[in-house]
Amino acid sequence: MSHAVPKQGTNVPDEQDKLRFEMLVLPHLDAAFDLARWLLRDRADAEDAAQEAMLRSFRFFSGFHGGDARPWLLQIVRNTCYSRLEKTRRVKDTIEFDEESHALQSATPEAAAIAGDNRERLTLALESLPTRYREVIVLRELEGCSYKEIAAITSIPIGTVMSTLSRARRQLQIALTGSASARTAHEL
Amino acid sequence: MSCERTSSVLHGYFDGELDAASAADFELHLERCGECVRALAELESLRSSINAAQLYHRAPDPLRRKVLADVGSPQRLANMPSHKPWAWLAVAAAILLGSLAGWQFFLANRTGASPPVLTAELIDAHLRSLQPGHLTDVISSDQHTVKPWFAGKLDFSPPVRDFADQGFPLKGGRLDIIHGRAAAALVYGRRKHVVNVFIWPVPDKYNPVRPGSQQGYQWVEWHNAGMEFYAVSDASSNDLEQLHRLFTE
Repeated sequence: MSHAVPKQGTNVPDEQDKLRFEMLVLPHLDAAFDLARWLLRDRADAEDAAQEAMLRSFRFFSGFHGGDARPWLLQIVRNTCYSRLEKTRRVKDTIEFDEESHALQSATPEAAAIAGDNRERLTLALESLPTRYREVIVLRELEGCSYKEIAAITSIPIGTVMSTLSRARRQLQIALTGSASARTAHEL
Repeated sequence: MSCERTSSVLHGYFDGELDAASAADFELHLERCGECVRALAELESLRSSINAAQLYHRAPDPLRRKVLADVGSPQRLANMPSHKPWAWLAVAAAILLGSLAGWQFFLANRTGASPPVLTAELIDAHLRSLQPGHLTDVISSDQHTVKPWFAGKLDFSPPVRDFADQGFPLKGGRLDIIHGRAAAALVYGRRKHVVNVFIWPVPDKYNPVRPGSQQGYQWVEWHNAGMEFYAVSDASSNDLEQLHRLFTE
């Protein structure tokens, strides 16, 4: 139903746009939700953010000219999530070690049985990383993005994607070995 | 003691993001830097635990329904056979291309009553091939050895070419069963990564090139000369796009 799409001037997508959107953008809903889930660390927030981002991308879709829609969509998802995080002041201006710990929320009994401790350990470690580190790990390891795509999505200069990933992985390794005190993290 | 490359170039190498010259240069460095060798092994191990931990969060069905409603596709909703990504693509594509001949064949093959998840099957086949002793049936970097090997084993003749000069050395070939039929699997190296290119014959049809990604695995699908090509790897999507171009040049 189009009732959910605010009519904004002439920017209302036509039928052609809708079909292209369904072909090019909708298949990336999983990626959108996955990124939102890791950035916001909350399932319900992530659902809201992913829905908002899909709607935004739908409205701006007439401005999308070819290419791979996934990085384009993920950039919108990221911006949406950051706006939400800023509202709740969960993003620090500088990269700091985030000691706020979050309980594992989403492991189903089956998944837990399969991956067990490993999954929980990695989830907690990843969620303990600063947002800007967490996002590069998620984009590279879960979404399989190239450096160029990561640069486009996160607005990091392409030249510093590698060093950001390097620091992010280092901190993840430290968090995993259980020696993740704020002190060692700050030494990096 | 501390090698500065451990925290920089090493990651580009690990991610397959260095150009050929820098990668070769770093491989030379690896021969004499124990620290980088150890760090590389640690990165490999970090990546495999991330892959094993199933950290990917799929979009829940209620979200899918909300988004479909938002973009005005209620009638499409009824057609959604499942939440599988391929089904999405196929249904969306079917609406656009429904009038093209051959489409029904495609749909029947891709998203029948219980949709076979082709991509998942191919990723499984890729993973299976990485088990010790499973990668190749015929080990050769010589395209003139690999191609005749397939003759008599398949009812079609897959194009076998070595792209060593372009950074994709041919490692060999293998027979695989994809979707219940015999397919050729060509195995290429891409720096530290293995790329499987699955090939099987399909009727001619319009079929756009489709890249995708799932849990750290990338694929690119294309169609050429009556054959379906499906390159699967944990190498970057750029790498796969490059290999696709080499195949279609």
